Amino acid sequence: MKYLDGFRDPDAARFLRRRIEAAAGRLARAGRSVRLMEVCGTHTMAIARHGIRDFLPDNVFLCSGPGCPVCVTDAGYIDAALELARRGVTIATFGDLVRVPGSTGTLAEARAEGARVVVCYSPAEALALAREPGAPEVVFLAVGFETTVAPLAALLRSAVAAGATRFSMLAALKTVPRALAVLAEDPEVGVNGFLCPAHVSAVIGAAAYEPLAERYGIPCTIAGFEPLDILLGLLDLIEQLADGRACVVNQYARVVRREGNRKAQAAIAEMFEPADAAWRGLGVIPGSGLAIREPFAAFDAERRHGVAVRPGRPAPGCRCGDVLKGKILPDACPMFGGACTPEHPVGPCMVSGEGSCAAHHKYAR
Amino acid sequence: MKIVSLGTDGTGVAEVSGTRYDVQLGLVEDAAVGDYIIVHAGYAIEKLDCAEAEERLALFAEMARRERGGSE
Repeated sequence: MKYLDGFRDPDAARFLRRRIEAAAGRLARAGRSVRLMEVCGTHTMAIARHGIRDFLPDNVFLCSGPGCPVCVTDAGYIDAALELARRGVTIATFGDLVRVPGSTGTLAEARAEGARVVVCYSPAEALALAREPGAPEVVFLAVGFETTVAPLAALLRSAVAAGATRFSMLAALKTVPRALAVLAEDPEVGVNGFLCPAHVSAVIGAAAYEPLAERYGIPCTIAGFEPLDILLGLLDLIEQLADGRACVVNQYARVVRREGNRKAQAAIAEMFEPADAAWRGLGVIPGSGLAIREPFAAFDAERRHGVAVRPGRPAPGCRCGDVLKGKILPDACPMFGGACTPEHPVGPCMVSGEGSCAAHHKYAR
Repeated sequence: MKIVSLGTDGTGVAEVSGTRYDVQLGLVEDAAVGDYIIVHAGYAIEKLDCAEAEERLALFAEMARRERGGSE
């Protein structure tokens, strides 16, 4: 048996389903329905691919939150990247971002019109590109949550150490716990339990969710990405709700430690400082972003190139904001599958491989 | 991914399903050949705790056995 098969055993899944039904039954007898939210693009895809939503009892509703970093990036950020591209700077980026619409178009369209846009698997490729002899000025589009922030901190450290002179980052880095607090406070969202992300938690640690569980009385369970991991995480949340508990439970202890990865946290704190951040759908959340620290201002594309990221205009009629807050499932958007498809996306949730709308379109229709 | 060799500058080579990748190892403590690592955007962000993984697999195997009506 291959290693992963043990995390996908159908009999173990049936066992977990019976346990989930038993716990949800206790809630149902108390007249309760619960709303759970996963907050991780990889969970979004796994839940859609394995049909886990269909596996849940009627009184358990599972929605997707703002777990896809590309999706929560504000249209205004794309506008700033387009402005840099028009000035002749080489834009280096993760692939998903190329097709995300800003207020006035996409980077893919700018590339078709002659702009230099290079897709990277690792941001280290962008620094290598900027250090080649006769290299152009390179700006890396630094978008992501803590999982990506840690590598970018290491990369920025390398760029500083190497004295790179033609490399900078346009930062739209975000931290997950603050956004969860905003969602916890929103009565329209009405979330009862968070299925917490796997690899974000590997960096920040399980303890990062403790204030959330204590302050809002919302259980937080960290789960891995395999189907049985996700089912066990959901079971844990439903049992906590049935028991009237609200704890942080780490069901992904093979990777996540309570204190997280201290070395990664130290790298992040050395290179970045807390800043306000604009989230598509959620607006500006104070202290939920990270900006490049002052001593490294030469590597901050906004300061180096004198561009400013201003609030952008989402496409008219696009309901990505409501999808990202878990208020609606993707197919409740009037454009879903008609005006907005993976081939011709209107909103970022349909563009990204981790977006709720893309996942729903691929697997759930 | 499993680390198969270490470089001199905080880098290494890791393998998964027979394919090898260059990885940056500067964000994890004491990376060694044979360690399993979680890699994101070319950087190892954490090491896999193999004892925890084995324990979890044993739990799922036990659930499957009980579902099939095994009595052990």
